[in-house]
Amino acid sequence: MSKNSQNTAKQKEEKKVVFLLRHTVETYGLLAGFVVLCVFLSIASPYFLTLSNIFNVGRQIAVTAIIAFGMTFVITAAQIDLSVGSVVALTGVITAALVTRAGFPVWIWLPLVLLTGITIGLMHGFFVAKQKIPAFLLTLATMGVLRGIGFIYTRGHPIYIGSRGFRAIGRGFIGPVPIPIIIMVIIWLICYFILTQSKIGKYITVVGESQRVARLSGINVDRVLIFVFVIEGVLTAISGIIMASRLGTGSPQVALGLELNVIAAVILGGTSLFGGEGRMFGTLLGAMVIGTLVNGMTLLNISPYVQMVVRGLVILGAVWVNMARYRVKR
Amino acid sequence: MQKEPLLKMKGICKKFGSVQALNNVDFELYDNEILGLVGDNGAGKTTLIKIVSGAYSPDEGKIFLRGEQVNILDPRSAKTLGIETVYQDLALADKLNIAENIFLGKERLKNFLGTPIRILDKKRMEAETLPTLRKLKIDIESPRAKVATLSGGQRQATAIAKSIFWKARIIIMDEPTAALGVAETMKVRQITLDLKKEGASVILISHNLEDIFSVVDRVIILRGGRRVGDRLVKQTTRDEIVKLMITGERAIQ
Ligand SMILES: Nc1ncnc2c1ncn2[C@@H]1O[C@H](COP(=O)(O)OP(=O)(O)O)[C@@H](O)[C@H]1O
Ligand SMILES: [Mg+2]
Repeated sequence: MSKNSQNTAKQKEEKKVVFLLRHTVETYGLLAGFVVLCVFLSIASPYFLTLSNIFNVGRQIAVTAIIAFGMTFVITAAQIDLSVGSVVALTGVITAALVTRAGFPVWIWLPLVLLTGITIGLMHGFFVAKQKIPAFLLTLATMGVLRGIGFIYTRGHPIYIGSRGFRAIGRGFIGPVPIPIIIMVIIWLICYFILTQSKIGKYITVVGESQRVARLSGINVDRVLIFVFVIEGVLTAISGIIMASRLGTGSPQVALGLELNVIAAVILGGTSLFGGEGRMFGTLLGAMVIGTLVNGMTLLNISPYVQMVVRGLVILGAVWVNMARYRVKR
Repeated sequence: MQKEPLLKMKGICKKFGSVQALNNVDFELYDNEILGLVGDNGAGKTTLIKIVSGAYSPDEGKIFLRGEQVNILDPRSAKTLGIETVYQDLALADKLNIAENIFLGKERLKNFLGTPIRILDKKRMEAETLPTLRKLKIDIESPRAKVATLSGGQRQATAIAKSIFWKARIIIMDEPTAALGVAETMKVRQITLDLKKEGASVILISHNLEDIFSVVDRVIILRGGRRVGDRLVKQTTRDEIVKLMITGERAIQ
């Protein structure tokens, strides 16, 4: 009996050590990977560490990361949103139309574009929560529909945006820091706060683990589902604005395949693919790794075809690690 | 004979497709009693209590609380009426800790740095969890332990703590001892008696006649979705109850 309990105590101790090790690797592994990647790239390419390249990467990362923060809520709630690339394109087109064609001032076009994001989110949330349509199929459909609307409106031609003030959003600086990076950091802080400190953050996590448990605890599951899609819609619209400003056009062709980078950032960051566990800081790191990787490959003159393969393999690796990590715990 | 029931249901019917899970069932629960609900597998016990806890709505029938007709639309409205349920599978969130589970859906909030923004008051929820755990004499290291790491008895206790924390007047337990060992079963029985001592009424579903005869005051027997008996435990025998469960008829005296 006493030998038995000693044994279990020892096993407990060992379990604790393994747990701590895992926890450390899970928490800092990605950070270490990011540092290694940066060191390697700064040796391999003289341009990597130049200020202009760092700012350039930062601006690209911002567009992906802002959407990925929203996607962290979506995936934590055990949902998915494949339409984000199309929403970036469509909101970019709408922004261009409102700024250039209609000539609206910021206090008119900005709320309208954000409202577009909210409406798309509400629509996704409605079909998922109230009509029980799987988010994967729903957003696969809207991915086509929303980009298609952008193409129909523009007939495929980008809308040029001349406004200098508007272009400052994507290209300007506040102090020494590019504006998109500042927007990204502010949104990250808010999202981190929501996920870890707020009631709705807790509810999102529980809904992702088990809708039944959430419902039996008196949580309004439908409202939580709608909330995550609305957040994602708004954040994607903000990224759409930044993208249009950076490019100086609203084009229905941009952000093709962006959903892959966004989902990869979230999965790489350690948010559970199965839902029920979200990591907002991990997502930020994940977006930085993906952005830096893409930038590095371009600097090293790696052909776009090889880049596609590498990116795909990174996503596969991230999914693999993620599954292994959360399957053991189940 | 008796005073007005605390909870009364009349003519409850519930169908799942072609399965008549409940057929014109009457049910009453009195103040401060432990009521046993027994019956063979598939008799309709879980369906009946899910109607009380708001997980299902009945096809037909009425529900009265202290004589007043009520509509229990969803789990939230059951909770507001003072009805808490410990489900057969406990319905706990494994990835959350004990305190988070107990307060799930009813979080304590505080203002963030003096702003009007309301955030979770984690410290307070953990502190308030401790006395409840102590009262249940639960052997748990910390309210911050993740539910996934708990033993069967500890999980059961957490689920019970989740329901009694809110001073429910009616507590429903669906097969609480089915998956437990001897010591843990004894503990759950003790908790059930403690709940009654504190003034609550308990509906206890169990297959274990030992549970019934050690803690229950009155027992209602279901068979094939119908109510086939209602006995005071003091005035019945195991044989009679088993006979009612299986054949729906009274034992031959
Ligand atoms: N959600 C459901 N869908 C379909 N049939 C159900 C459902 N829940 C219960 N039933 C059926 O209703 C009957 C009563 O089930 P239940 O209330 O779970 O019985 P008990 O808890 O007494 O074992 C069974 O025949 C069962 O198969
Ligand atoms: Mg049952």
